[in-house]
Amino acid sequence: MTLRLRKYFLLHFRPKTVPESTLALTLSWGLGGLAAVLVLLQMGTGLLLKFAYEPTPQGAYASIQYLIADVPFGRLVRNLHHWGANLLVGVVVLHLLRVCFTGAFHAPRRLNWVIGLGLLTTVLLSNFTGYLLPWDQLAYWAVTVSTGMLEYIPGFGPVMQQWIRGGPEIGAMTLRLFFAVHTALVPLLFAVLMGFHFWRVRRAGGLVIPRKADEWRGDPESGEPAPGPARERVPAVPHLIVREAAMAAVGVAAVLLLAVAVDAPLEGPANPGLSPNPTKAPWYFAGFQELLLHVHPTVAVFIVPVMATLALAALPFWRYQADPGGIWFISRSGRRSALAAALSGALAAILWIAVDHGLASYSAATGRFSSVGLPLLLLAAFAAAGWGSFGKRGTGLNNEGVQVAFVFAAAGFAVMTVTGAVFRGEGMALGWPW
Amino acid sequence: MPHTVENRINHDPPAEEAPRRSFLNWIWGGLGLAVLAEMVWLAGAFLRPRRRAVRGGGFGAVIDAGPVERFTRGSVTAFPRGRFYLARLEDGGFLALSRECTHLGCTVPWDEKEGVFRCPCHASVFDIRGDAIHAPATRALDLFQVDIENDTVRVDTGRRRRRSAFQASQAAYPART
Ligand code: HEM
Ligand code: FES
Repeated sequence: MTLRLRKYFLLHFRPKTVPESTLALTLSWGLGGLAAVLVLLQMGTGLLLKFAYEPTPQGAYASIQYLIADVPFGRLVRNLHHWGANLLVGVVVLHLLRVCFTGAFHAPRRLNWVIGLGLLTTVLLSNFTGYLLPWDQLAYWAVTVSTGMLEYIPGFGPVMQQWIRGGPEIGAMTLRLFFAVHTALVPLLFAVLMGFHFWRVRRAGGLVIPRKADEWRGDPESGEPAPGPARERVPAVPHLIVREAAMAAVGVAAVLLLAVAVDAPLEGPANPGLSPNPTKAPWYFAGFQELLLHVHPTVAVFIVPVMATLALAALPFWRYQADPGGIWFISRSGRRSALAAALSGALAAILWIAVDHGLASYSAATGRFSSVGLPLLLLAAFAAAGWGSFGKRGTGLNNEGVQVAFVFAAAGFAVMTVTGAVFRGEGMALGWPW
Repeated sequence: MPHTVENRINHDPPAEEAPRRSFLNWIWGGLGLAVLAEMVWLAGAFLRPRRRAVRGGGFGAVIDAGPVERFTRGSVTAFPRGRFYLARLEDGGFLALSRECTHLGCTVPWDEKEGVFRCPCHASVFDIRGDAIHAPATRALDLFQVDIENDTVRVDTGRRRRRSAFQASQAAYPART
């Protein structure tokens, strides 16, 4: 019986054997498995919460208060759900980065990269819809601001806003819609996309085979990994399973620790007449919020996100000169250029934030320059510098160029996220958090 | 006997059957699309935004703000139930300003000392006429219709007007000043 369960259920999405070299922690860091464990944990705690929660503006806040105060372990379960959701965002982003930087998105894994983006979207959607449910000040204003953004999408934005709010303003219909999406659509999407995702990993014969940077020199043409021990397969049970179990234990322990130590926030009940000061986005949207402070809303809400999404989706479909899959950061020179790009991206973002901060408060005209001209100038300057040094060495593959662009943008966004989450205080003024 | 069934399907069909089969496939495909369209339409019907009925005296109704002389020039009075501020300009004109920031919809409080509306969310600033004087907001606060009859100010919160900036014609004046 247990054998059957193991064979037909647990192993359904796994191969019987896996290449031994892919078991190394330094390849996957167990991040995908950790994400899967967190999703399952969210489903478990979410189901419990659903028993206690009342999805109406009159009842929502009180039902959470009751849950925290009077339901045995109610506070713990809510905390678990809260911290699990936050960790999930972090883990999925790290997983995306590891897949990107080990070159695990080349054929035959291109489709799986896109499915992965679908999963990332689902994670963000679940966080966004879940945020409204407690119906406290935090929830109400975060959703007011984020649905307010839709107005700046040219054409169908205002209509979309009405649909998502379920009417002209945030109210009972909005809560009902968000509750339905959060508790029915999101779990369904996870189930379907995760099944698809794991099956594609299996179809690709397991994870990308890790290689050392030097092995690259061996066969640049085909990009084939070195034959021999690297490809030797071992049974998934116990070799893969014990590693997954260990990672799951680490994940569950981390969430438990956080949930016991730190309570999920609950502000006062939603008050449409009073925006708290500051009204800050949750940390994973803080980079986006930072962008909103610097550029015209249409740029922040529409142009940049559309371009970023297209660029991410297109990543596996460029015509690359090589398939360096399995080598961290492509090659030795790839590591150097990635580091340079990370530092440049961070520097560019810091410069922009600081200079725009000064110019925008100086006058409207300088503010306009610093929100449009300045970032373009900075981009051009860094691109020219990058092009110059890249071209001079003359050895780079175009893989490296794409990686440099990706790292530059990611580092810039990371700086903006930290700025928005940590260094913005009352009135969204820049300042130290202490 | 899956074997024979398969044989029947796979073994060269008579030549004239091919177009008939592809025609049937077209029908199946068409029906599938119709079902899909129906599903989408159905989901849309369930999701369609609804208008809420206006309750008497609250937001959406005509609100009696009071007699003209109650509002001194250069003053701003909040009407939380109607979700607006009644601003009296220095020249005696009235504006009913929506309290919603035009940037992303936060509620803007009136800063009495500095005489401006200051949004707590992303630091937009609006003057007493509702004009956006500091980014990121790009347009002035929305207006509600103001009518002054028999020296009484009435604000119709069901009639909201978007605008890019203040113009003299937007203010309402009492019959005699
Ligand atoms: C809820 C979200 C996600 C879950 C549960 C998940 C789960 C997994 C798991 C368990 C693996 C196997 C190996 C590993 O741990 O790395 C994997 C591999 C992979 N994932 Fe994800 N993933 C998620 C999101 C993403 C995202 C956002 C991307 C990228 C856009 C992505 C792209 C990939 C690719 C391309 C592979 C194959 C890597 C290789 O063959 O080396 N996944 N994922
Ligand atoms: S909502 Fe007022 S400045 Fe953004």
